[in-house]
Amino acid sequence: MAGAHTPHPLSRNLPHDLGGQTGHRYDFGAVQADEPVFAETWHGRALAITIAAAAHGKWNLDASRHARELLPPEDYARFSYYDKWLSALANLLVAHGLVTTDELASAAASQTAPPLPASLTARTARKLIGSGGPTQRPLASPPQFETGQRVRTKTPAETAQISGGHTRLPAYAALKTGIITACHGGHILPDSHAHFKGEAPEPLYTVSFRASDLFATANARDEVRLDLWQSYLEPAAQ
Amino acid sequence: MPHEHDDHAHHLLPSDPELKLKALERILLDKGLVQAEAIDEIIDSYAHKIGPHRGAELVARAWTDAEFKARLLQDTDGVLAEMGFSGRQGEHVVIVENTPECHNLVVCTLCSCYPWPLLGIPPSWYKSDAYRSRAVAEPRAVLAEFGLVLDEDVSVRVWDSTAEIRYLVLPMPPENISELGWQEAADFVSRNAMIGTAIAAKPRQAG
Repeated sequence: MAGAHTPHPLSRNLPHDLGGQTGHRYDFGAVQADEPVFAETWHGRALAITIAAAAHGKWNLDASRHARELLPPEDYARFSYYDKWLSALANLLVAHGLVTTDELASAAASQTAPPLPASLTARTARKLIGSGGPTQRPLASPPQFETGQRVRTKTPAETAQISGGHTRLPAYAALKTGIITACHGGHILPDSHAHFKGEAPEPLYTVSFRASDLFATANARDEVRLDLWQSYLEPAAQ
Repeated sequence: MPHEHDDHAHHLLPSDPELKLKALERILLDKGLVQAEAIDEIIDSYAHKIGPHRGAELVARAWTDAEFKARLLQDTDGVLAEMGFSGRQGEHVVIVENTPECHNLVVCTLCSCYPWPLLGIPPSWYKSDAYRSRAVAEPRAVLAEFGLVLDEDVSVRVWDSTAEIRYLVLPMPPENISELGWQEAADFVSRNAMIGTAIAAKPRQAG
């Protein structure tokens, strides 16, 4: 699947920002409708321990995503999907003091302990799956932009709150002009939340871009829409 | 404040991913950080209970009941909550409707965001580097590889799921579908049609 590829010129060298890269191949024609949910038994277990370990509340979903983005690029490129999850989980467990590097190295717990009160049970797991974690939040002030307004994006390096930090502005959509098509109210800002700097909710907008403004070879009829936070955007000439 | 940049501790685990899982699971269970019953419950939920049959029910009801469709498009999260289809990775859902003029396609270029409560766990191809890189830049070429060739006068609208809004495509109904009950109509709705890499088709052709 991963081959020699060309990163986007505005890429910050984080390996996950794939939109518009070239050189990746997959045989979409061979996709089977009845592909099993978990191709290998360990895939389901990897997903389950990742969800269960996060229930301790030591990190949030944005931090979990960022831990996968921070895997060394060579690991990101060669690891399978659930291998990325497991490796990022191991790093989070160590970074947050739940597991030691000695325990990872010996593949054994250094001491046994009774289940913590916060450990997920079957019942609370069902509840967690059924309720999730809504990210909509009240706003302190009304949204700056209106539907129909033209806006211009910044760059991922500008929107990320720390160098190399988490952001949801893909490189291919940097420094582009688009039109607001919806405002979704206030949402937790992942750029802050992933780094434990608070939820910092901001208005979240859907912004429509002409595909040909993003990619030189795109069909002029086509459109790409992204959900972008207010601080990613500046007003553009109408 | 945790040390945020421990990005290499995973190299201490076995490199084979199945052995990596076994080692990490052993440590978490032995320390009481994760309980075996929670692991079983999560796997069972996504392997057997939550999957594309939920999205297909929504689509089929929308095709066969105009009043339901209007409510679904206007108050999506409310209708999903009523039906018990809310949940993790589907807290905020927007349904996008295909028309004769516009075909919708969903991707997540930054990770692999996907409406879990409506479609289950994403298939391998959706999570592939190839889909994530190509769907925004050359959607028509990707669709053609899936066997879906769109007319030149149909526009393609790609939704890159960069935030916590999750998108589900409402495919165009096959002819005469409203004569069926929703249970029969649901047979025409494939997972791929609700992502946008297929259109609604007869059950045998569903991909």
